[in-house]
Amino acid sequence: MSLDKEQVANIAHLARLDIRDEDIGAYAESLSSILDLVAQMDTVDTAGVTPMAHPLDMAQRLRPDEVTEDDQRERFQAIAPRVENGLYLVPRVIE
Amino acid sequence: MHSKTLAGLSAGLQAGEFSSQELTRHFLDRIAAHDGGLNCFITVCEERAMAAAAVADERRRKGEAGPLTGIPMAHKDIFCTDGVRTSCASRMLDNFIAPYDAGVTERLQRAGMVMLGKTNMDEFAMGSSNETSFYGPVRNPWDRERVPGGSSGGSAAAVAARLVPAATGTDTGGSIRQPAALCGITGLKPTYGRVSRWGMIAFASSLDQAGPMTQSAEDAALMLGAMAGFDPRDSTCAEREVPDYTATLNDDIRGLRIGLPKEYFGEGLDSGVAAAVETAISVYRSLGAEVVEISLPNTHLAVPVYYVVAPAECSSNLSRFDGVRFGYRCEDPRDLEDLYKRSRGEGFGDEVKRRIMVGTYALSAGYYDAYYLKAQQIRQLISDDFRKAFEQVDVIMGPTTPDTAFGLGEKMDDPVTMYLNDIYTIAVNLAGLPGMSIPAGMAGGLPVGLQIVGNYFDEARLLNVAHRYQQETDWHTRMPSDFA
Repeated sequence: MSLDKEQVANIAHLARLDIRDEDIGAYAESLSSILDLVAQMDTVDTAGVTPMAHPLDMAQRLRPDEVTEDDQRERFQAIAPRVENGLYLVPRVIE
Repeated sequence: MHSKTLAGLSAGLQAGEFSSQELTRHFLDRIAAHDGGLNCFITVCEERAMAAAAVADERRRKGEAGPLTGIPMAHKDIFCTDGVRTSCASRMLDNFIAPYDAGVTERLQRAGMVMLGKTNMDEFAMGSSNETSFYGPVRNPWDRERVPGGSSGGSAAAVAARLVPAATGTDTGGSIRQPAALCGITGLKPTYGRVSRWGMIAFASSLDQAGPMTQSAEDAALMLGAMAGFDPRDSTCAEREVPDYTATLNDDIRGLRIGLPKEYFGEGLDSGVAAAVETAISVYRSLGAEVVEISLPNTHLAVPVYYVVAPAECSSNLSRFDGVRFGYRCEDPRDLEDLYKRSRGEGFGDEVKRRIMVGTYALSAGYYDAYYLKAQQIRQLISDDFRKAFEQVDVIMGPTTPDTAFGLGEKMDDPVTMYLNDIYTIAVNLAGLPGMSIPAGMAGGLPVGLQIVGNYFDEARLLNVAHRYQQETDWHTRMPSDFA
């Protein structure tokens, strides 16, 4: 399985990763070699095998719908790159 | 003081031979003297540690001390520590001061352990050599031109050089056991769900598990007892009582059935490692254990399956790092998309980006069935192999790694070569079983690890089996001569 530069650029876009043009070739090469490794899976017949999503046979726990968290907005926003009046600031989205 | 185990230090504190403040000072001085050449620590918390030691001494004076009260330790820098930088060895979190404590951090703090600092690791725990860290590689204390293993390389090297008596680690595909093997210490990855994942920065949520990295099995028993237990804040944490792991350490192991998977002793295994492991098995024979050959026929598929499942989960987990609420943000973003892309592109290192992209690809429209679903099906087959094996044997043993510590830079050019280093450890995570690595001899002057895998929630037996070996041998007491 080999990925070309265009595919890698598209994957990087989907993953919201800025990859420099000069690095795309190296990523194409290493991602292709990882997919070659993964291709060993194709040798196995898995018809009828139930997919295992999780190691433990357990159901999702539920809890009463009660407020258990205090408001810690100021504390959490103290580590944000940019905030103003309790809001996180990002570049303008709507003109 | 630094050559003592947790159990020895606990007895010393109890007998008043030294105070926690003296002990803490001693280890802080060792870090100051030796860490420059090893790079085990990303952050050292001197003032905070001395204050915690004073509190521990006070607790002891009042008769409120437990077995771990006042003993220094270090946390892998993946555990959130309130008020202390928690970087995950990434530029992305270089400026991240955690606003809360991880479940593991809380529990060990409650037990009175004194945190000396945060240890170096592979970035976001992705790596097997500690070379993907934003803060530079950790060096192996047995040979500083070699890697300590990863991803919990800083914790392993720090315990091996006796810069701390014990440390925490996390293990997604071998990240506790592999560095423990390469550095000659004891490391335990508990059953998935045994230890809370709350506040432990997520890599692959269905595989990640925290555990102790110590000098001995007895120490691992003490520390796991303090780390394990139900935490409602982790939705997959097991609601199950924690046994006293120290109570069964000395149990007789006559009649113990040990399975040796033939797939773990084939091609690719270094002859020196094989010889050490065989000698260790013969010690178990002399203790009355029965050794049988078993087969785990899907072993060769574990690494391929892992490199779909782990990247898929990582691409989802790491989408939270967006440059908006915390962590790294790029300079002068043009627009919101530019902010996301450049913050992530500049904030993550190469290996992390590779895995995010593999995961994004495997989960993208049209590829899900061929990759993710297929991987989950084979994961089931791998897990079934273990289930069948445990109908026949009590524990499974083999080498932790195919080779001893490799040279710095040796495997950084080809990610797949690096990945194959975890060939014996990865399947254990896929199945969710507990696994341990203990020092079992040397090959070419470097430590060799024996891996012991147990059935679900059978940590007490693993620790018992490891402890009995350590009563017969002294490999776990060896330390690198430069740090004596």
